[in-house]
Amino acid sequence: MSARVLIVAEHDGARLNPSTAKCVSCARSLSGAQIAVAVCAASPAAVAAQAARLEGVQRVLALEHPANAHALAAVLAPQIVALADRFTHLLGPSTTYGKDLMARIAGLLGAPQVSDIMGIESATRFRRPIYAGNAILTVEAAEGAKVVGTVRMASFEAAAGSANAAPIESVAVSAPLPTHTRFVSVSAARSDRPDLQTAARVISGGRALGSAEGFKILYSLADKLGAAVGASRAAVDAGYAPNEMQVGQTGKIIAPELYVAVGISGAIQHLTGIKDARTIVAINKDGEAPIFEVADFGLVGDLFELIPQIEKLVS
Amino acid sequence: MHPAILPLMKRILVGIKRVVDYNVRIRVKPDGSGVVTDGVKMSINPFDEIALEEALRIRERGAAEEVVVATVGPADCQQQLRSALAMGADRALHVEAGGVIEPLTAARALLKLIEREQPLLVILGKQAIDDDNGQTGQVLAALWNRPQATYASKLELAEGSARVTREVDTGLETLEVDLPAVITTDLRLNEPRYVKLPDIMKAKKKPLETLTLATLGVEARQQLKLVRFEPPPQRQKGIRVKDAAELVDALKKRGLL
Ligand SMILES: Cc1cc2nc3c(=O)[nH]c(=O)nc-3n(C[C@H](O)[C@H](O)[C@H](O)COP(=O)(O)OP(=O)(O)OC[C@H]3O[C@@H](n4cnc5c(N)ncnc54)[C@H](O)[C@@H]3O)c2cc1C
Ligand SMILES: Nc1ncnc2c1ncn2[C@@H]1O[C@H](COP(=O)(O)O)[C@@H](O)[C@H]1O
Repeated sequence: MSARVLIVAEHDGARLNPSTAKCVSCARSLSGAQIAVAVCAASPAAVAAQAARLEGVQRVLALEHPANAHALAAVLAPQIVALADRFTHLLGPSTTYGKDLMARIAGLLGAPQVSDIMGIESATRFRRPIYAGNAILTVEAAEGAKVVGTVRMASFEAAAGSANAAPIESVAVSAPLPTHTRFVSVSAARSDRPDLQTAARVISGGRALGSAEGFKILYSLADKLGAAVGASRAAVDAGYAPNEMQVGQTGKIIAPELYVAVGISGAIQHLTGIKDARTIVAINKDGEAPIFEVADFGLVGDLFELIPQIEKLVS
Repeated sequence: MHPAILPLMKRILVGIKRVVDYNVRIRVKPDGSGVVTDGVKMSINPFDEIALEEALRIRERGAAEEVVVATVGPADCQQQLRSALAMGADRALHVEAGGVIEPLTAARALLKLIEREQPLLVILGKQAIDDDNGQTGQVLAALWNRPQATYASKLELAEGSARVTREVDTGLETLEVDLPAVITTDLRLNEPRYVKLPDIMKAKKKPLETLTLATLGVEARQQLKLVRFEPPPQRQKGIRVKDAAELVDALKKRGLL
């Protein structure tokens, strides 16, 4: 029996998040998989059309409902569960959206969830990191059991676009939707910089930056390089950078071409977030800092002198 | 369900998991059967300490009468329940269970405790730092058919509802959930207190009840077989450059700038 995969799309109402294309790549590593994408939205047409153009997607299911205006796990989960019968695997991205939602779906189904899938060995065997990436575990589900999964973003390339669009089906939402959970607001810091999770270059700052003001030298360099800016937990906790910039075990797990860690010591929890970066550069005044153990290029010195020098050299 | 006067709620239930301390360097056993845990320091999962701290603060504000901590696991877990009592929890429930406890099993056991204890608020960590599953809170909320507010960095209680600020990938999201509800904690919700020595002594006298999965009527089903543990691929240690110019040159040569 070949795998029938349903991917739960992530989007902001207008644009499909690149995380969905990564889920498609993950699903495609299941040989012979039939792949459908579910788009839950208040008006799903635009996003469904984008999902339909991802290579490997055979069908898009559009679930239109006013309650889908905001992605509330408690509201979305029963709609996906209502479709689950037809599928062997239900996948979502391992982003805060996907992690929140997929486990609720798994709970409603009583199905096992494989979190942070980094590799698929067969329809029942999956690889995933545990202990902040310090061990890799292979798990196996029973033959024929329905499996829920979240897909680790740094492990898969986004599926390419396709010239042919897959058919889009409207699916009536008949599941009763709870009203016990209500969206109030979201404070998304709109930034012109590239998105941290998909940027090819990322410059991150740690506690050593000393203040939100201190971070400005990183923004300035990042703008020269077209880079996104990230931060360590210590920098976020201290209020130097907003929470969505945190990189690491409990922040974002990223895989840029170039990662520059500035004034970051290199705690295990931080390294978890950057292990898949192609090239890591460390700038730290302490030559013994653990970050140098993983850095392709290490530069020992005071960041407040070095960053402006680097900026001049690349200008 | 809508108490009009303070205390707002009778009880808060907090889930506690015993995990390898976050400072321990994890080593995979050579035969791939697991990670080394013999002689390794064990602690309360850091996110659960945050969950407990939040519950204690709510109680200390007079908005709850009692904080109950619960864990599902082998006998050793009682050490972490004692630590939780020392931090300030009033009572502990230990659901004895051996082997691999998947999120679904933990959630089913916690649901049984919820039915017994009738908490208005259940606070768990957003993830256990050993298996990094990040599922139990959502699974529990699904089984209980109640709201979930995951990754909380701020929790405000009103009558019959809670306003929760969540750390999400795009920034901060605020939800309003009716109570009872399940909340899972993120790192910035609070900073857990340190335990003082006299509290450790006092904790020894606090009630700790032991139950079993069987008496709760929960089957310990393992749906995912653990096939193999491996160490992660190691990154090659790179080179030191002497100054900014050498760094920029090296990056340009690699086509990175
Ligand atoms: C459960 C849990 C989850 C966690 N999750 C994360 C996570 O997701 N992400 C994360 O990052 N952390 C996480 N942490 C925290 C982690 O353990 C570290 O505390 C944190 O990463 C340290 O941040 P830092 O490197 O900025 O600060 P520090 O460790 O204080 O390092 C600062 C560095 O700056 C250097 N420095 C100082 N001044 C200068 C200067 N002028 N020029 C150059 N260098 C300078 C110092 O030599 C030092 O190496 C987590 C911790 C726990 C317990
Ligand atoms: N065996 C358990 N006993 C009690 N609480 C648990 C248990 N497993 C998980 N939890 C709670 O659920 C949270 C998330 O765990 P997990 O889904 O395993 O990442 C933890 O932070 C705990 O609060």
